[in-house]
Amino acid sequence: MKIILNNRPDEFTPEKLTVQELLDIKNFTFKMLIIRINGEIVKKDQYSKAVIHDGDEVIVLHLISGG
Amino acid sequence: MAHLEDLRDKTVGIAGCGGLGSNCAVALARAGVGHLIIADFDIISESNLNRQYYFYDQIGKPKAETLKENIERINPAIRVTAVNIKLDELNIKDIFDEVDVLVEAFDRSDQKQIIIETALSIWAERPLVIGIGMAGWGGNQLIHMKKYGNLYICGDRISEIGPGMPPLAPRVGIVANMQANTVLQILLNGSRVGVQKNIN
Repeated sequence: MKIILNNRPDEFTPEKLTVQELLDIKNFTFKMLIIRINGEIVKKDQYSKAVIHDGDEVIVLHLISGG
Repeated sequence: MAHLEDLRDKTVGIAGCGGLGSNCAVALARAGVGHLIIADFDIISESNLNRQYYFYDQIGKPKAETLKENIERINPAIRVTAVNIKLDELNIKDIFDEVDVLVEAFDRSDQKQIIIETALSIWAERPLVIGIGMAGWGGNQLIHMKKYGNLYICGDRISEIGPGMPPLAPRVGIVANMQANTVLQILLNGSRVGVQKNIN
């Protein structure tokens, strides 16, 4: 499938992936993340359930402390 | 074409009145944004004065109300709604429902996550300007703004506070002012009139 990940085109062999599978493949190991699929927020307890399909726009952002 | 005077009719929400929030609010007030809604539950401590827009004789006072006083001393024409409350998933909607743009100005990453997830869930299209990565000093070239749909991120995205990496006035101020600058660009429909005038 082809998706847009953080504003850039990206391609994966499977036709769909859960958010957790995407994080594992991309090696995103940070604890504190903001994840959106087509604008919808995906919270941490949904990472293993939320599914990413071909054509989806996905945002994975890493949060750190300071302000 | 957008005009600077249009800012008088705009409302900007600022979640947190610490290093990012206090400096961002002051910048927006000086630029002429007509209404600011600022929220924080904390009181001013001496350790805040290395970067936050407060004064030594204000230690011990509540941040939100004191920031309102400081803004009124700069520009009494700006309407400031100060909310002395700990923001959470339940009260964010009521406090910031009327804003044109919301600025995230929290310190801890777990609190940033709560307000970002909550705000984007309630207002899927409304612009949200967040600050990520500003600890330490130097590294001017690393600080930038990047847009992801209606989410705008200001900061270097890598410098986390910790031992030997304090938040300090210069870098926190740069990011706070970059957030304010991003708000102006959003409110003025993406135009960069002032910049182009200066170039010409």
